Amino acid sequence: MDKIRADVIVIGAGAAGLRAAIEAASMNQKLKIALISKVYPMRSHTVSAEGGAAAVIKEYDNLESHAYDTVKGSDFLADQDAVEAFVSRAPMELKNLEKWGLPWARDEQGRMAARAFGGMSVKRTFFAADKTGFYILHTLFQRSILYENIERFDEWFVTSLIVENNRFKGLTAIDIKNGTFHYFEGKAAIICTGGIGQLYKTTSNGAINTGDGMALAYRVGAPLKDMEFVQFHPTGLPGKGLLITEAARGEGGYLLNNQNERFMKRYAPEKLELAARDVVSRAIFNEIKEGRGFKGKYGDYIGLDIRHLGKDVIDKKLPTVKEMAEKYAGVNPYNELIPVRPTMHYMMGGVHTNKEAETPIAGLYAAGEAACVSINGANRLGSNSLTECLVFGSIAGYNAARFALEHDYLEVSKEEVTREENRIFDGLIKKENGIPPSDILYELKDIMEEKVGILRNGKDLEEALSSIMKLKERFKQVSVTDKSKTYNTDFIQILELDFMLDVAETITYAALKRKESRGAHYRVDFPKRDDEHFLVHQLVYKSEYEPRIELLPVVITKWKPTERKY
Amino acid sequence: MTEAKIFVRRYDPETKKSWISEYNVPVEGDTMVLDALVYIKNKIDRTLTFRYSCRMAICGSCGMVINGRPMLACQTKVAEIRTPIVVEPLYNFDVIKDLVVDMDVFMHYLKEMKPYIIRKEEPKEIIVKSEQQEPIINPSACINCMLCYAACPVFGYDQTFKGPAALSLLYRYLMDPIDQGREERLKIANDKDAVWKCSFWGECSNACPKNVDPAFNIQRMKLMLGLSSLK
Ligand SMILES: Cc1cc2nc3c(=O)[nH]c(=O)nc-3n(C[C@H](O)[C@H](O)[C@H](O)COP(=O)(O)OP(=O)(O)OC[C@H]3O[C@@H](n4cnc5c(N)ncnc54)[C@H](O)[C@@H]3O)c2cc1C
Ligand code: SF4
Ligand code: FES
Repeated sequence: MDKIRADVIVIGAGAAGLRAAIEAASMNQKLKIALISKVYPMRSHTVSAEGGAAAVIKEYDNLESHAYDTVKGSDFLADQDAVEAFVSRAPMELKNLEKWGLPWARDEQGRMAARAFGGMSVKRTFFAADKTGFYILHTLFQRSILYENIERFDEWFVTSLIVENNRFKGLTAIDIKNGTFHYFEGKAAIICTGGIGQLYKTTSNGAINTGDGMALAYRVGAPLKDMEFVQFHPTGLPGKGLLITEAARGEGGYLLNNQNERFMKRYAPEKLELAARDVVSRAIFNEIKEGRGFKGKYGDYIGLDIRHLGKDVIDKKLPTVKEMAEKYAGVNPYNELIPVRPTMHYMMGGVHTNKEAETPIAGLYAAGEAACVSINGANRLGSNSLTECLVFGSIAGYNAARFALEHDYLEVSKEEVTREENRIFDGLIKKENGIPPSDILYELKDIMEEKVGILRNGKDLEEALSSIMKLKERFKQVSVTDKSKTYNTDFIQILELDFMLDVAETITYAALKRKESRGAHYRVDFPKRDDEHFLVHQLVYKSEYEPRIELLPVVITKWKPTERKY
Repeated sequence: MTEAKIFVRRYDPETKKSWISEYNVPVEGDTMVLDALVYIKNKIDRTLTFRYSCRMAICGSCGMVINGRPMLACQTKVAEIRTPIVVEPLYNFDVIKDLVVDMDVFMHYLKEMKPYIIRKEEPKEIIVKSEQQEPIINPSACINCMLCYAACPVFGYDQTFKGPAALSLLYRYLMDPIDQGREERLKIANDKDAVWKCSFWGECSNACPKNVDPAFNIQRMKLMLGLSSLK
C-alpha cells in the first residue's frame, strides 16, 4: 500500500480549503501541500453561494459595527474576541480576491459595490452578480494552480484521521476512481469539509454536504461545538429546498402572505424582511401554521415578491433568482410571486477551534463551515460565512504551515492502517445480502426534519435521539451492492451515511441539553433565552455510550447580552 | 404522478462491457432527469453511477447526454423532453464507469491556460468600471461542465485540441482589465492545438448551459492574433 507524505494536508477544496492551501503554499515554497477533495474543487458547495461576502470596506462603515451586528445576530453566543479578529481581517481577504481577478460588482466610481443583507446595519455585502460563491470558488481554484507545491488529490475520499497522544500524524483515504486505499503522513492537517445539509430532507445544500470532517474529528477525540445550532434559510423552493438568495430581499424584495400582507412588520417592525434569518424563518413558519400561507403541493408556502424591482434590476443583479424561479418553480418573477418555505441551510456548529483555527489536537486545524470558532454563535448572518472561509482558511493555512516547519513527521504504523482497512473492506465491502443504505438515509432525513428542525421540544428530541440510535444499530446490517472497485458511489455513500449518523447524534444530543431558546435553536418547551444557565458553548465529545458534554463560557469583550430586536 | 421509462447506457470498466439498462421511474411535472437518476440509485439499482452535487446548475457535475444532446441533468425536466429518455455519458471523453467520464484532459489544458492574474507587481488599488469588466463577464461564467467538449466536432476526433472551455477561459484572462500577461497568453492562443484548430462549428456555444460563447471568444482571439502579427 502506498504511503503519501505531505507537510500540510488540507481536506476539502471549497473556499476554506483552497484559501488554506494557497496560504500554506505561499508561506514557504519548500512545504509540500496535499489538497484532498472528494469532488473536483470547482464542484465544492461554495459554488452555490449567491448573495455575497461581508466586510468593512466602504468609508461609511466601521469594524465595530460589523462586529456588533455579528454578535447580535449570533444572539450573543459568538465569542467576541474571535468576532473582532474576524471583522478586522475580512477587508484584506476580499481585496486579495480582487487582486486575483474576482469580478466584484462595481459602483459608479469603479470600486467594489455593496448590497444590503439581513442583520447587517449598513450595506457591506460585496457580490459578483448573484454568483458570489461561484466566483470565489473559481478564482481561488484557478489561482491555486499557480502554486507548484500544492499537489491535488481530486476525487479522493478521506475515511479516517490518525492521531497519537493528542497529536495529528496522518490519515487514510480512498482514490474513488480506482477504489485503492492509501494512507498519508502529514505534519499538520486542516479540516475544511463544509456543511451537513444532507442530514435534512429539505436543504439548500448539495449532495456532498454530509458532515464528514466533523465526524472524522469527533471520532479521534476532538470536540464538536454549538452543534444544536442549525440554520434554516427563510426562502427555499418548496419541496426541492433549493435556495432563493437573501439578496432578493437585500435588493428590496417583500414577503407576502395569502392576505397580500407584508407580515414581517408584525415580527420585526424595523428590519422587516431583513431581520436575522432565524427570526424570518420562524415568522414564515408561524404564518403558515396560522393558515396564512398559499396552498401548494409541497405544503403551504409564502410568496417572495420581487415584481416591483423591475426587469432591469432582476436581470442585472438577480439573474440566478430569475433562472431558479423559472426553471425549478415554474414561475416568472417579473410578474409572479416566487413560492418559498424555510429550508435547512447552514451549520453554525462544527469542529471546535480557537481564533487561531487550532483544534485541541496538536497539528489539527479546521476552517470554514466544518469548523466552529465561534463567530456565528446561535445564528450566522448571511454573507459572513464566505468571508469566514477566507479569513479562517488563511489563518489555518498559515498556522498549519508554521506548525509543519517546527515539527517532524510521526510514523503511522502498519496496524493503524490495517485496522481502518479492515473496518472498511472486511466490515463493509465484503458483507453480503445486507440492507441498502437508502432506507436508513431517508429515515434519518425525516427524523431530523420533523424532530430536530425549526421548532423543537424535549419529547421530540428524545424520540429523535432514540431513533437515531436504532438507525445506528441498523447501519451495521448495511451492505454494498455494487462490488466494483472503480468509482463506487454506492460504497462512498455508505461511508458518508456512517458519518452522518454520528453528526446527527451530536446535533440532537446538544439540542436536547440546551433547555432554552437562542437564535436558530428554538425550544417550544423553553421559549426564552436563559443567559444565566446557557450563555455557554456546549462541546460534544465522543464517549462510549452516549456523547459527553463540556461547557465553555462565551468570550465577552465589549457587548453585554441584551434582548435581540429587529 | 406518471411513470417515465429511462434507458441508461452503462459501462463496467472491469469487464469492459457496455449495455443498456431500462428503468421505470415515477415522475411529476417538476421532476428533473437528475431526480429520476437519484431515485433509481436509491430505490432500484445501487450500481448505477453518475456524478452530481448542487442540483442547481452551478457545480457542473451532472453533464451527460440526454436524448442525444449534452445537457445538465439537474436542469432538464423529464416532462419537457421526449420519452422514453435515453441517457448516455458525455461524448468525446473516455468513460470511467456508466455516466462518469474522465475529465483530467480538461484539467491539464486548464493549467496550460495559466488561469490566474499575471502581474509584474501587485496593484495597490483597483479602480475598474463596470464597462471595463464587461468583456470578462461572459467567459468567466463557465462552470467547467464539459458539455461544450461533448458537442465539439473537432475535439471529437482530436483530443489534442485544447477545446472550447479552456480557450474561453484563456480569453477571460486575456481580457481582464488588471491582467498584464497579454504576450504570454497570445502565445498560448497561437499554439498549434489552440485557437487555430477551431473550425467554428459553433456547437459549443449552442450546448453551453450558462450562455458562455466559446465559439465567439475563440474567434476574437484569432482576430487578435491576426492583428498582432501585422504589427
Ligand atoms: C445555496 C447556498 C447559498 C449560500 N449563500 C451564501 C452567501 O451568499 N454568503 C455567504 O457568506 N455564505 C453563503 N452560503 C454559505 C457558504 O456558501 C458556505 O458556508 C461555504 O461556502 C462553505 O465553504 P467550505 O469551504 O467550508 O465548504 P465546501 O465549499 O462545502 O467544501 C467542502 C469540501 O470538502 C470536501 N470534502 C468533504 N468531505 C470530504 C471527505 N470525506 N474527503 C475528502 N474531501 C471531502 C469536498 O469535496 C469539498 O471540496 C450559502 C450556502 C448555500 C448552500
Ligand atoms: S463553456 Fe459552457 S459548456 Fe463549456 S464547460 Fe463552460 S459552462 Fe460548460
Ligand atoms: S448537480 Fe450541479 S450542475 Fe447539476
